[in-house]
Amino acid sequence: MASVTLKNVSKAFGAYDVIRSINLEIEDGEFMVFVGPSGCGKSTLLRLIAGLVPVSEGDVFIGGEQVTDVPASKRGLAFVFQSYALYPHMNVSRNISFALETARLGKDEIRRRVTKVAEMLKISHLLDRRPRQLSGGQRQRVAIGRALVGEPEVFLFDEPLSNLDADLRMEMRFEIVKLHGDVKTTMIYVTHDQTEAMTLADRIVILNQGRIEQVGRPRELYDRPANRFVAGFLGSPRMNFAPLDRAASSAGVLRGVGGFYHAAELAGAENPTEIGLRPEALKLVSAETKGAICGTFERMEDLGYEYVCYVRLSETLVWTVRSTGRPPAFTEGQPVGLGWQPESLYLFGEDGRRIDHDSAVQLASGASL
Amino acid sequence: MKMAMTTTVPAKRYSNSTYRTIKRMKALGLYAGVAAVLVYMLFPYYWAIVSSTKSGQALYQFSLVPSLDFSNYWQLFHNPVFMGALVNSGLVAFASTMISLVIGILAAYALGRLQLSPGRIILIAVLMISIFPQVVVLSGMFEVIGWLGLYNRPSALIVSYLILTLPFTTWILTSFIRDLPTELEEAALIDGCSRLRVLTHVLLPLMGPAIASAGLLSFILAWNEFLFALTFILTDENRTVPVAIGLLTGSSRYEYPFGQIMAASVTVTLPLLVLVLIFQRKIVAGLTSGAVKG
Ligand SMILES: Nc1ncnc2c1ncn2[C@@H]1O[C@H](COP(=O)(O)OP(=O)(O)OP(=O)(O)O)[C@@H](O)[C@H]1O
Ligand SMILES: [Mg+2]
Repeated sequence: MASVTLKNVSKAFGAYDVIRSINLEIEDGEFMVFVGPSGCGKSTLLRLIAGLVPVSEGDVFIGGEQVTDVPASKRGLAFVFQSYALYPHMNVSRNISFALETARLGKDEIRRRVTKVAEMLKISHLLDRRPRQLSGGQRQRVAIGRALVGEPEVFLFDEPLSNLDADLRMEMRFEIVKLHGDVKTTMIYVTHDQTEAMTLADRIVILNQGRIEQVGRPRELYDRPANRFVAGFLGSPRMNFAPLDRAASSAGVLRGVGGFYHAAELAGAENPTEIGLRPEALKLVSAETKGAICGTFERMEDLGYEYVCYVRLSETLVWTVRSTGRPPAFTEGQPVGLGWQPESLYLFGEDGRRIDHDSAVQLASGASL
Repeated sequence: MKMAMTTTVPAKRYSNSTYRTIKRMKALGLYAGVAAVLVYMLFPYYWAIVSSTKSGQALYQFSLVPSLDFSNYWQLFHNPVFMGALVNSGLVAFASTMISLVIGILAAYALGRLQLSPGRIILIAVLMISIFPQVVVLSGMFEVIGWLGLYNRPSALIVSYLILTLPFTTWILTSFIRDLPTELEEAALIDGCSRLRVLTHVLLPLMGPAIASAGLLSFILAWNEFLFALTFILTDENRTVPVAIGLLTGSSRYEYPFGQIMAASVTVTLPLLVLVLIFQRKIVAGLTSGAVKG
């Protein structure tokens, strides 16, 4: 078990900066998840920690020790690859024990550890098979077994579940949570699936173009995103955004698309240029409701346990509304209103940073009294 | 309107039975073509086999039926020079194949995987070397062999054959290593392996097909080589088979031992045939399936 610390870590492939000066502290025993859009450098960051890719600049510490120039084979980590990367010419048992053989452990010790891991992962009956004779889920378990057997200081996972079907993915997700509960080792997990990120993580790192956008607990990132990117990245369907019309706005009165203005909520906020509302924060109301945003009903997706409605606010702007229960009976093209609670409104400044909203509301209520 | 949208322009077509006939004709044509090529390619070998079983006057009569007279082979196997040459050839071909495989594998790992910046240049240089005809390097090679003091020794051939076998061995193995998934190697590094252990325990077992084909090709090349063997070897007891066959003599100066030469050619081809049959499955088998999600 060990903590992992990155200090000003950068990586460039040729002239192309993939990781830009990242500082990060991962605590001992923590389950840390890296998420971000495709190509943002998640895998590269993980490989930098593993030592599979040398850093261009900066330092990596594992367990408080500087390991920047220590080769991958000596870092005492385990890595689970997206493609599993099982040795095709070895059976499951040897795949798992190969690291121990390399470390020259005794035969009995090796057998004891392999048996223990195989039982833990319920793959004891597969030990004599070759990887190509296994299903995707079984290969995944073997890959995890191979990582587990060396009793590493840190586990690294690179999208380990992305090759599995939905049911199996859910099952394995649950098992990984359980595994972390059992071994309590530091785990770093890369994914682009936000469900995985939200459910697995103690803390999430959101990466974008080689930079950290925000680090925090899942709930914290969801409720208090640092900026527009994080707000739009977490949540499905994603957050609804609408620009504010600055020219038409004056102090305390801000105008946006669809001809709505909401002096009460927005007054006092410093220079917001955009508002954001999550789909589940919106309610469909009749078009005449005072203070509601007006639009026309476009279409609805009924998913059984919930429904998603699409409401057009302007030529270019369609908002989503998500809710549970019986879907409402609107017809296409019918004018509808969208209502929300003041505290669910997000404001973003010109640079994309979220403008703290609690104070905005309080100022507003104070001002209007 | 609706009709116009759904009707397609009917292409001109013949009846079904016409197409069936065409299909049969095509199959027939294909087999005829294959047969013609096979006959053209195999006839010389067949002719050698037939001739090798004839002796004396029978050789001068045209006949496609082997006469099952094995006296040529009998004489050949009691010819100490030929049998010695067979052993020499085996040793030379085996040794040069092994050496070029070992060097080739190490070179291929370096060129194919380690991020060497001059790697490309080296690979191109290797390719350039194999472009030169043998005659060009012959005299230079002769000097080198002289300096090394290997003249008229089978080891001269082992050394000089590397110049022929190493380039393509390196090429075949390099491209094969490049196609192996990088993650396998990274997994091995994470498992604590040194570079050498990665090579011997993870890559080598997967390179079976490439090693088999590269090894086979270089064995055949070394086994059949004539020019170097003729130039660097002076005496009969050190000769390899291709030259020994060329220098076979009859019982008198004026007799051309055609039957024996044919018998020798057949004998020399057999080991290669056996090797190809042994390794063909290996060459075809793709061992990597199952490494990565399938
Ligand atoms: N060896 C390399 N040489 C050059 N560029 C590379 C190399 N490896 C990665 N890159 C580039 O670095 C960027 C980040 O790659 P990385 O694999 O870390 O993305 P990722 O966040 O893991 O994306 P994904 O979710 O698709 O796996 C990509 O634009 C990629 O093209
Ligand atoms: Mg990736």
